[in-house]
Amino acid sequence: MRSKTPAYPYIVWMAIFIIIPVILVFYYAFTKTESGGMVFTLENFARAFEPIYLGVMWRSIRLAFFCTVICLVLGYPVAYIVAQRKTGTRDIILFLIIVPMWMNFLLRTYAWLTILEQNGIINSVLASAGLPKLNLLYNEGAVILGMVYNFLPFMILPIHTILKKTDLSLVEAAQDLGANGINVFLRVVFPLSVPGVISGITMVFMPAVTAFIISNLLGGKQVVLIGNLIEDQFLNVYNWHFGSALSVILMIIIVITIGIFSVAERDEGGAVL
Amino acid sequence: MAKRLIDLVNVTKKFNDVTVLHNISLYINKNEFLTLLGPSGCGKTTTLRIIAGFEYPTKGDLLFDGESILNLPPYKRRVNTVFQRYALFPHLNVADNIAFGLRIKKMRENVIKEKVEGMLKLVNLKGFEKRPVSSLSGGQQQRIAIARALVNEPEVLLLDEPLGALDLKLRKEMQIELKNMQQKLGITFVYVTHDQEEALTMSDTIAVMNNGVIGQIGAPEDIYNEPKNAFIADFIGESNIIEGIMREDYLAEFAGAKFKCVDAGFGQMSGVDVVIRPEDIKITNESEGQLKGTVLNTTFKGVHYEMLVQAAGFVWKIHSTKMSKPGENVGLFIGPDEIHIMKKDAKPEGEVLNEE
Amino acid sequence: MRRFVKRLYLALILLFLYAPIFVLMVYSFNVSKSRGNWGGFTFGWYAELFRDRQIMQALWNTIVLAVLSAVIATFLGTASAIGINAMKKLPKRVILGINNLPVLNPDIVTGVSLMILFIFAFNMIGRGGLGFTTILLAHITFNIPYVILSVLPKLKQLDKNMYEAALDLGATPAAAFFKVILPEITPAIVSGMILAFTLSIDDFIISFFTTGAGVSNLSIIIYSMARRGVNPKINALSTLIFAVVMILLYLVNRMDSEKLKH
Repeated sequence: MRSKTPAYPYIVWMAIFIIIPVILVFYYAFTKTESGGMVFTLENFARAFEPIYLGVMWRSIRLAFFCTVICLVLGYPVAYIVAQRKTGTRDIILFLIIVPMWMNFLLRTYAWLTILEQNGIINSVLASAGLPKLNLLYNEGAVILGMVYNFLPFMILPIHTILKKTDLSLVEAAQDLGANGINVFLRVVFPLSVPGVISGITMVFMPAVTAFIISNLLGGKQVVLIGNLIEDQFLNVYNWHFGSALSVILMIIIVITIGIFSVAERDEGGAVL
Repeated sequence: MAKRLIDLVNVTKKFNDVTVLHNISLYINKNEFLTLLGPSGCGKTTTLRIIAGFEYPTKGDLLFDGESILNLPPYKRRVNTVFQRYALFPHLNVADNIAFGLRIKKMRENVIKEKVEGMLKLVNLKGFEKRPVSSLSGGQQQRIAIARALVNEPEVLLLDEPLGALDLKLRKEMQIELKNMQQKLGITFVYVTHDQEEALTMSDTIAVMNNGVIGQIGAPEDIYNEPKNAFIADFIGESNIIEGIMREDYLAEFAGAKFKCVDAGFGQMSGVDVVIRPEDIKITNESEGQLKGTVLNTTFKGVHYEMLVQAAGFVWKIHSTKMSKPGENVGLFIGPDEIHIMKKDAKPEGEVLNEE
Repeated sequence: MRRFVKRLYLALILLFLYAPIFVLMVYSFNVSKSRGNWGGFTFGWYAELFRDRQIMQALWNTIVLAVLSAVIATFLGTASAIGINAMKKLPKRVILGINNLPVLNPDIVTGVSLMILFIFAFNMIGRGGLGFTTILLAHITFNIPYVILSVLPKLKQLDKNMYEAALDLGATPAAAFFKVILPEITPAIVSGMILAFTLSIDDFIISFFTTGAGVSNLSIIIYSMARRGVNPKINALSTLIFAVVMILLYLVNRMDSEKLKH
């Protein structure tokens, strides 16, 4: 049991399938193909900062931000209400929240297609009421809706885990000391749950900012995100250099996000102690 | 003449340049109950693990019955170990835990059953065969761990602080039980502990270890009565240790007075440590004592009283069946036989790591 | 009143989470292909689903991929967890850091980076192309980290003396491993394998980038069908998948509660 040998096959595997691919992405990001050879260049990154692509990046971050805020606003009360319930009911409700996550991600997204489309349920209802049909699909709203639908449980679960551990008799203690409902929440409950909120935000923001299926299915050609750009570069335009540069940028965004939130979490931990 | 079973010859062990055993030599006789006693980090467990085969010494040799077994893996050595945290196999029940070694040897199942039953009887846990080990108390787990080792009929049983996790009462009971078991079965025990009382109660021989060296080997009485240095004196039982000077042979000076003693050969006017056991100081009337002092504190300890007496700028710890009241002025008398003189430099650095 | 508001809110959120799935289920039995109107009850879409060779092939691919990648990843992952557990602090941290890359990296980046690797390698050796083997390699790659993350904590928890105790009682290192260590970490290995299996079945993005012409799993088929718009066959498929998931969850839960009873 003190032998390191069993790890060696995987170390080789890691080198081939994890490290080399990442190196290749960086390699392509910093080169261009010129008269049959590869030449070092920063052109790919310069291009990524042209207004049209900056706009795409900005949209990715903006939509992910809106999605995160909505998930927080919708999810926090759910986590709070569930944490107050008795263990039995609590487990059932949590189970109900988790079950849809077991469905394939594509199917969950596709489901909204059937609700929002031109001949979908909402428009049929509107039509039968004699109202004009709405264009519900292929806009940013639809993409945000799809994101919120898919990622809401990622916000609820970590917050709930923290609130469950929190002694809710603190709430009673605070009420006993004369604090009203909102005061109790702002001064006692919310500060205690911040670590859960932080991990919830991380868990929603990261998949949202890298999403490309949701935007493909519900946003169509109207809502292009970084993910869609990358897909396009690799599968349609065949410009691996630009695609790799975009991938590097996406990795940087993720690293920054993780960085910010792990610092926030550490500060929070320090404050609690 | 007892037969030498295990010989550690000039054993040194280093972990990443940290030397935990300095050139240790030690032999263990057949049927002996030998205790390795010392504070945590003194190297006693490492010594045990070298005998078991879990550690390989950096230098030196290990003989079993006169033959080197250094290159014998643990599973081929005729020793078994009782681990500090028992290391029972949680996925096996009591009987299967005990039978583990026998099954490895591919013994017949009916023989195994018989032996397991015998062992459970020996450790007073008859009828526990089918119980999962997780349902047992600490003391019961301890007995199973002992049974699991003993069922293989080892020539030597190695025990690594086996009673450390038990409460005081249970520990005392198990000490007696273990000693009885060892005498009944005629197996050599090598026992590791940091508890001096445990060592004194159970052992035939005690090896006191500190900082990777063996400070003294001997019978419990010898080690208690004639500790070789101040560290051992302090570690084995309670002691008053005070700096002094040997005026000449058989005459020591400490606490501002001269005392007759039975030690010689330190050289004139050499600095020494003077060790006096608390029960060896007699409290007398103020006028009759060699030293005069005041009682600071008195505690009833059950069998005796413990008095702290301030005298000659030193607080003396004294055990006596007779109580003296705090504030009382008393005399202290120390007979020549009760004074133990030790060489000064023998006191190792950073000692008294007693965990308790 | 407050209780009522709370319950209403919970109900609305659950409705939000389940409504789309139920819509899919209901419309999988709808005769009319268009959403708006109910044309009558039918099992027709299910029949058509099972007649669709492409979908059935994809289903088969999905299962074979999941089983193979989970088994191989479990084997490699468990072995490496044992090796990593024996490592000193620094190498351990480095290895675990790299191990975490596929977990933290966006799937799309993992997907394109593997695609680059495969095509790069094919160009170098001058033959070969993306297909079943490349998806399988990709799935194994993103599965192993989860197996390690599942097994390693259990190994750390193990009483270090347990292995030594087995040796002490006469077991050879191999016997000690199979009779003592393996039974102890089996639950963690199994949950790692189930996790790997689920991740493989559920994956779309990485499969999408590492697959070649003609080889699809269910996710890829669903994606290509969904891009062309609403298709009742997908509804039928969703309903079946949902049913299978529910049955599996029920079975797992029952197994758990039975284990608790004993």
